[in-house]
Amino acid sequence: MLTLVSATAATSTLDLLAWSPPGWGATLVQGLWNTILIALGAYALGLLIGVFGAFGKLYGGPVVKDLLGVYTTLVRAVPELVLILILYFAVTDAVNKVLVAAGYDPVQLSGVAAGIAVLGIVQGAYSTEVLRGAILSVPSGQIEAARAMGMPPALLARRITLPLMLSAAVPGLANLWLTVTKDTALLAVVGFIELTKATSLAAATTKAFFTFFMAAGVLYLILSLASGLIFSRIERWARRGQRNMSGGR
Amino acid sequence: MGDLFKPFHRKVMLAVAVAIVLTCALTMNWSWLPKYAPLMVRGIWMTAWLTVVTMGLGMALAICLGIAQAAGPWWLSAPAKGFCSVIRGTPLLLQLWLLYFGLGSFFPQFPWIRESELWPILRQAWPYAVLALTLSVAGYEGEVMRGAFKGVAHGQLEAARAMGVPRFTAFRRIWLPQALHRALPTIGGEMVLQMKATPLVATITVVDIYSVAKRVTQDTFIVYEPLLLLAVVYMALAGLIVLLFRRFEASLPTRTA
Amino acid sequence: MKKTAAVLLVALAFAGAASADPVKVGIAAEPYPPFASPDAAGNWVGWEVDIINAVCKAAEMECAITPVAWEGIIPSLTGGQIDAIMASMSITEERMQTIDFSDKYYNTPTVVVATKGAGILPTAEGLAGKIIGVQVSTVHESYAQAHFAESVAEIKTYQTTDEGFQDLAAGRIDASQADSIAIDAFMATDAGKACCEVVGAVADDPAILGAGVGVGLRKGEDDLKAKFNAGIAKILEDGTYEAIGKNYFASSIYGG
Repeated sequence: MLTLVSATAATSTLDLLAWSPPGWGATLVQGLWNTILIALGAYALGLLIGVFGAFGKLYGGPVVKDLLGVYTTLVRAVPELVLILILYFAVTDAVNKVLVAAGYDPVQLSGVAAGIAVLGIVQGAYSTEVLRGAILSVPSGQIEAARAMGMPPALLARRITLPLMLSAAVPGLANLWLTVTKDTALLAVVGFIELTKATSLAAATTKAFFTFFMAAGVLYLILSLASGLIFSRIERWARRGQRNMSGGR
Repeated sequence: MGDLFKPFHRKVMLAVAVAIVLTCALTMNWSWLPKYAPLMVRGIWMTAWLTVVTMGLGMALAICLGIAQAAGPWWLSAPAKGFCSVIRGTPLLLQLWLLYFGLGSFFPQFPWIRESELWPILRQAWPYAVLALTLSVAGYEGEVMRGAFKGVAHGQLEAARAMGVPRFTAFRRIWLPQALHRALPTIGGEMVLQMKATPLVATITVVDIYSVAKRVTQDTFIVYEPLLLLAVVYMALAGLIVLLFRRFEASLPTRTA
Repeated sequence: MKKTAAVLLVALAFAGAASADPVKVGIAAEPYPPFASPDAAGNWVGWEVDIINAVCKAAEMECAITPVAWEGIIPSLTGGQIDAIMASMSITEERMQTIDFSDKYYNTPTVVVATKGAGILPTAEGLAGKIIGVQVSTVHESYAQAHFAESVAEIKTYQTTDEGFQDLAAGRIDASQADSIAIDAFMATDAGKACCEVVGAVADDPAILGAGVGVGLRKGEDDLKAKFNAGIAKILEDGTYEAIGKNYFASSIYGG
């Protein structure tokens, strides 16, 4: 296997993956760092949109509910790649038109900002559904009891809804995090240098395709395994004090 | 359907939507449509074909992976779990490129491949697309099927064994149908996700509807209109899939007890 | 998490603000040796990168080299994400309907490279029944669609010229049409020497192939265009163009 891999490269595999030139290791890790940054930004933006979306869908008026329904349906029916392309050009166009109309100079949205905005809007739709499902799963009896005892709404949200909702939301949110880390690969199509793009650049320049794609695969796997560990910790913390639900899985 | 638009605000929203569609249809630049229509039809066919075929093949593999994890010995369930973890832990784009360009970089070293029977297939791009998408479906649905298999009440299988029903027949007539029935809503959603993953095959030269839209942009420099039409096509396909699955679910008898 | 978010927001704001001043020169984010390709440290190097730096210095402009995906490079220009394109983009009438060009800074013929001994010629008859590969959104794709679409078995389009060459070496396609310099770079590699041969230049079609490579600019940016033209003229005059060319090519690629 190693002979096959090194046969495709003029220099040996380890040389290519080394940290300093002619090794591409540093570029790949830089790409991984960009991936993580964009994923964090998009995830946070998505959660923010999701919180407002979930509350709107559950407690808003019929118009708000329908508009949010249109938003989530549209985003979930159109491929992320197409959404990224449309939003990438449309968002920067729109922002610049607004700025120009208001009399400011057009600002150049950096690739990172555009990527975060686009992926965040996409994540927002999915987050809305996850959070909405989680809030719905809070046993209504507990909320009714709290209201019957005169608990103010803010205290109710903080002491009862939020903790119970979190434990139901964490698995869905963990999936969303994994989704967003992999969706950052789509930004490679708009040329942004995250891990997949960095890998394809390295592979195309050195012709060692197999080496670099495998290396990138390993990096993504490490990211997803580490994320899985962190999220199972978070889930255990969120479920603290609840009875252990054995038997299902 | 009639009830859907009874509330007044829904009628307003419908009117607004129709107005938006009409404005787009009349004011935007659609002059390229007649010239590219046949190509678009072929692209839509390729997208639909890829979705259906990879979903079918992938589900077959997923059932094997699911049962291996649910009931298999450790030397079957561990590789199955590993496979699912790897597929779900890496981006599909990377898997596609690894298969197409990674394998392709081996061909010059083994000239005998070109003489072999498989060469006409290995030469083209769509087999790699089908392979990558199938493995992707198998990886994700393997997890879903695992949960579905485990969720079927074990008592039924024990009763079947007690009555001497052979293991494969019990699997075929009791476990599998119920597991599939459990998983059906999720699988419908996953099929939509699979369809949304097909645009990535354009990067390995497969001509699907996304590739056609990009070709229109590069020929005519019109950026938004092809993308908008593309979004509409995908929405229509997603709606079709959801409708078909709802129909199918409704036709299956369900016991609530 | 809060602190990371704050740092992120501040970084984004700065990234947004600081980029308002220098001229953003877009290059293709895909490697195109020997014109522009990334080195192991991630810096872009090549003949075109050197020319960009020389032209900007001669025109006394501060330039920021910005890699952008080749397919989206013209929309990025018209949308304002970059201010100029110097990515080996040929000056064609079709492109001139959307963007403007400076004077040319090089001109090289379009050539076809094919599998050794396959008897392929760079004409419609010579390519009959074969599979040809081109890069998407290039004059080569337009040329192939216009001249070869009837006779070839298939025209495959790739994100980058390199991917096309990879498939040519792998045997998936029979021929590839690209710029002669890019093909020379491929033929200099082991893979190129082993698999393929150059079979000649295609019949010229100036309407499609264009009149050389120039700097792409938004329509109406006349002062920027004047600056780039002045820079190009200056480096041609004072020998910088020749000096840079000597590092990469045997003879000048300015062309006729």
